[in-house]
Amino acid sequence: MAIKKENSSRRDFIKNSSMFAGGIVLVSLLNPLKMVYATKKPKGKGKWYGIGIDIEKCIGCASCARACKVENDVPNEPFFFRNWVEQYTITNDDEIKVSSPNGGIDGFKQPVPDDEIYKTFFVPKMCNHCAKSPCTQVCPVGASFESPEGIALVDKSYCIGCGYCVQSCPYGCRYIDMENGVVDKCTLCYHRLQKGLDPACMMACPTGARIYGDLNDKESAVSVFIKENNCAVLKPQLNTESKLFYNDLSQEVH
Amino acid sequence: MPLQVKRLLIVFVLFIGIMLGLKYFLTPESWREYGAYRGNALTEISDKEAKYVQTETCAMCHDSIAELKTQGAHKSIQCEICHGPGYKHIDDENIDMNIPDDNQFCMRCHSKNAASPQSIIKQIDAVEHSEGEECINCHNPHQPWL
Repeated sequence: MAIKKENSSRRDFIKNSSMFAGGIVLVSLLNPLKMVYATKKPKGKGKWYGIGIDIEKCIGCASCARACKVENDVPNEPFFFRNWVEQYTITNDDEIKVSSPNGGIDGFKQPVPDDEIYKTFFVPKMCNHCAKSPCTQVCPVGASFESPEGIALVDKSYCIGCGYCVQSCPYGCRYIDMENGVVDKCTLCYHRLQKGLDPACMMACPTGARIYGDLNDKESAVSVFIKENNCAVLKPQLNTESKLFYNDLSQEVH
Repeated sequence: MPLQVKRLLIVFVLFIGIMLGLKYFLTPESWREYGAYRGNALTEISDKEAKYVQTETCAMCHDSIAELKTQGAHKSIQCEICHGPGYKHIDDENIDMNIPDDNQFCMRCHSKNAASPQSIIKQIDAVEHSEGEECINCHNPHQPWL
């Protein structure tokens, strides 16, 4: 028995398939099904926090790292840091040495004598609070997210501790809190900001090397800092739209 | 409609129904208030107590020391960098603050290191400079002279 074939015309085929494609596009525009991949920067309204770090002013005292550990109950053991300081030393032989003894808390020892140093400086590091943060995009449960103010936060009661975000952060700014088995990270002291206080690290810096503020406000400390200095972000090639701006950042820093 | 399509449709409807039911019961409160996360998480994070109360609060009682400090080279330094967080002390003055007096504490900032910018901070070689003397015997930490 021959199989009965329905002979649809080419016109019908094109009509049907274009309707199908159009339907998919329409459905994808509906809000609940919209793809979530990055927080949109609010236009002109609300705060949008950014951070500035002036490497020229950092003296490597690691007060920021200490204050952060106290304020946020970060475990005291090394390797648990929300912010830390690194010393970069470039010798006359073009060798780059990076040291960070207990995040700088134990104090820095100059690795080579003065006459062998070509250049040396401190680089304080912390969460970059990226606008297109890789860490919030990889979270399988929606526990890592970017707040409307542009601060990357962790919902600790919702986190399953898979550690995916820890691996995805190109700046190494997350750690697993061993006590609860969930991820923890810099919140830019969200609890302090909401109470009108400065974040602990910003407050603790004795030389004013750390600056934060609202990037939407052109008069804010960080906006003025970015305008007046030649600032750069870490790993710009990754397109994370980092909001941590360094003044006087050397090429060697990664 | 052929029978096999009808059966398949029933399975599909059941599957979608179960998924919608699960979504209804398993989606936490305040989900999608701002984005694809629990909106309540923001309040939970901001409810945490702040430990550092900042110099303005210290100056409410310790006004003379705060006044002294505004004239010295340490004026940009918050009280709690040296004295530790004050959140317990402001409620109960019997809980003492930390009073560091060892040279090692001063050397956190003032030790010689080629990476520290000379124009920003005075740096000394501890052994050479003090010859075993305590820093605070000569320098008042609230108003160090230069």
